[in-house]
Amino acid sequence: MERLLKSKASRRGVLRGLALTAVVGASLNALRSVAAFAADAAGWPGDAFRQKSEADTLKTLYGGKPTEASDKIKLDAPEIAENGAVVPISVSTSLPGVTSISIMVAENPNALAASYRIPEGTTPQVSNRLKMAKTSNVVAVVESGGKLYSTSKEVKVTVGGCGG
Amino acid sequence: MASTIRVRATAGTDTTEVQALIQHPMDSGFVKDAKGELIPPHHIETVTFEAGGKVVFTALWGPAVSKDPFVKFSFKGGAKGDDLKITWIDNKGATDTLTAKIG
Repeated sequence: MERLLKSKASRRGVLRGLALTAVVGASLNALRSVAAFAADAAGWPGDAFRQKSEADTLKTLYGGKPTEASDKIKLDAPEIAENGAVVPISVSTSLPGVTSISIMVAENPNALAASYRIPEGTTPQVSNRLKMAKTSNVVAVVESGGKLYSTSKEVKVTVGGCGG
Repeated sequence: MASTIRVRATAGTDTTEVQALIQHPMDSGFVKDAKGELIPPHHIETVTFEAGGKVVFTALWGPAVSKDPFVKFSFKGGAKGDDLKITWIDNKGATDTLTAKIG
């Protein structure tokens, strides 16, 4: 019992420390994950997935490096998606030294949809299927040689894939 | 129980193409059920693909990835008969793994 109390007190101490040192948003996230008692999978960038806007996602995921538009990225997505629950999206690039490819849907509740780590020897190309709440820009971000490049395309959605 | 992972890996001349389909609800946390209550988020967070003792691809997924997710990529190397190991972990800590043969 005493030990239990002690551990509770120390956890409170940790939380208080977090609240003092971290910015408000970050400490809120920490509190939320403590409350949920479910740890995120190792290496999963939870904070980036919780951001709402494209800009905040980029800042959280890539540390605020500038993003340059590039015509060397090919973003394959339909002009019109009849069903927002399943929108096929492919990204490929001829840029060298690619280490990651991320896909954001600007108008979704949280912009970041998926991020892929591309180790050396893996082709910088990925196909997947994403949900889109409504008509939105889809943004592909490629990390190549430590720099960020992006391209975007608007996809019109007839029936959204996030509502009930 | 049958695996939640279905994969087809095909060795080409220099690269191996991998297509994977995973059975998972991928609940976004924004959808309400018949009673009007929000269905809590339940989605895969990471998927790792390993071949020849190294990770060849990692997918980091949020709730905006479609139900029963599909992903396709290719990597250099990999020969017919080699092992390809796929592991996913979701936000509730559930996990599944499958080792398939490259064909």
